[in-house]
Amino acid sequence: MKKAWWKILALLLLVYTVVGGFLMDVPRLPILNETIRNLYFHVCMWFGMMILFIISFIYSVKYLRGFNLRNDIYAHHFAAVGTFFGILGYVTGTIWANYTWITDQSQSLGSVLKEPKLIGAAIAILIYGAYFVLRGSFTDMDKKARVSAVYNIFAFALLFPSIWIIPRMVGSLHPGAPGSDSGNPALNFKDIDSRLRMVFYPAVIGWTLLGVWIATLKIRIQLIRDKNLINE
Amino acid sequence: MISRTFALLKKDLLLEFRQQHTFYGILLYIASTIFVIYLSIDKPDAIVWNGLFWVIQLFISVNAVAKSFLQESRGKMLYFYTLVSPVEFVIAKIVYNIVLMILMSLISLGLFFLFLGNPVNDAAWFTAMVVLGGASISMVFTLMSAIAAKAQQNAALIAILGFPVILPQLLLLMRLSKVAFAEVFREGMVLQLAGLIIGLDVLVMAMAVILFPYLWKD
Repeated sequence: MKKAWWKILALLLLVYTVVGGFLMDVPRLPILNETIRNLYFHVCMWFGMMILFIISFIYSVKYLRGFNLRNDIYAHHFAAVGTFFGILGYVTGTIWANYTWITDQSQSLGSVLKEPKLIGAAIAILIYGAYFVLRGSFTDMDKKARVSAVYNIFAFALLFPSIWIIPRMVGSLHPGAPGSDSGNPALNFKDIDSRLRMVFYPAVIGWTLLGVWIATLKIRIQLIRDKNLINE
Repeated sequence: MISRTFALLKKDLLLEFRQQHTFYGILLYIASTIFVIYLSIDKPDAIVWNGLFWVIQLFISVNAVAKSFLQESRGKMLYFYTLVSPVEFVIAKIVYNIVLMILMSLISLGLFFLFLGNPVNDAAWFTAMVVLGGASISMVFTLMSAIAAKAQQNAALIAILGFPVILPQLLLLMRLSKVAFAEVFREGMVLQLAGLIIGLDVLVMAMAVILFPYLWKD
């Protein structure tokens, strides 16, 4: 029970997110209106994805330092759950964009897909797709672990500027791009109404903990499967 | 260290001169691709021209750079392993691929001018972009080729691994090369973009030097 406190915390935070997110008062802004509630889901998915990818990156580095297969399994499953969160982020974003960015019905989703933030997200998902393809093309476990760790580190190093730097330099429909009043794409912490903040911060923590929880479950299954391969 | 890197570079260049069929193979690839484009669209406008040019660069790079690691047999790699350090080896490969790719890019630029017309206002700027772009693309694909060679896979895997990684740089290059089409940029933007591309190049180089030793041992 001692170790389970963060799982209970995740559960409580997510219940609070869903209940509070749908029932509590939110500021009504033009165009956005009630869709602002998607902030608790959509933005949290990206936070969760990025944190899971960072964890995966750290485990890849750890693998290359000691060649312990356990670290490779960690890196693999954190990346997998991160990618899943990325896809969920896309889905929630699509719904949101459908109500806010697309003004008339003849305008298709294709016209908003060229958005710098969306390109960054697409790159992230493509990179991790390639990572899984690369993993699948090996039969030797040690070689697979080593080469995919190298690719994970390299790809992450290039993913970082494409998500955090480039969108800041070009115009965007997301709030906070140059041209609008703040410097931070997607989110400006100073802009957020305090009513939103009360749910948003717990939501980020809750969703991220849920992602870590899913990943640890997958890792534990994999560790049991490969028990005889990993010599401690 | 520098002398050994040079020796490796010289060996690759010599090999290229002795086995000219691969070089001419890529040349033919470039020429036929551009000829196909010429037959399908006569005189594309500036935006299409720019887009096509960079996409073609990408595919040339996959073909030209792919062989750099795939051509080395297992025995040869073992031989190099006893002679040089991995850092020297990867730097030699990268420099060689940069030279090769810049040459190929310039040839394809010439063919583009010849077949598809010249919508470029500032040819010097665009040529500079082509050199910078060729170098950036070849660097990324050198490391991807090293990874794909380990998986004993063909050029298809290089494309799968490399395209998402090169995308940010490619987008920046496409944007920056629009300066040559007389697009006006915000003040300081050009310098910022160029700095970002060069910064990414430095990052790729650093990652290659750090990570290649792990690919090297078998």
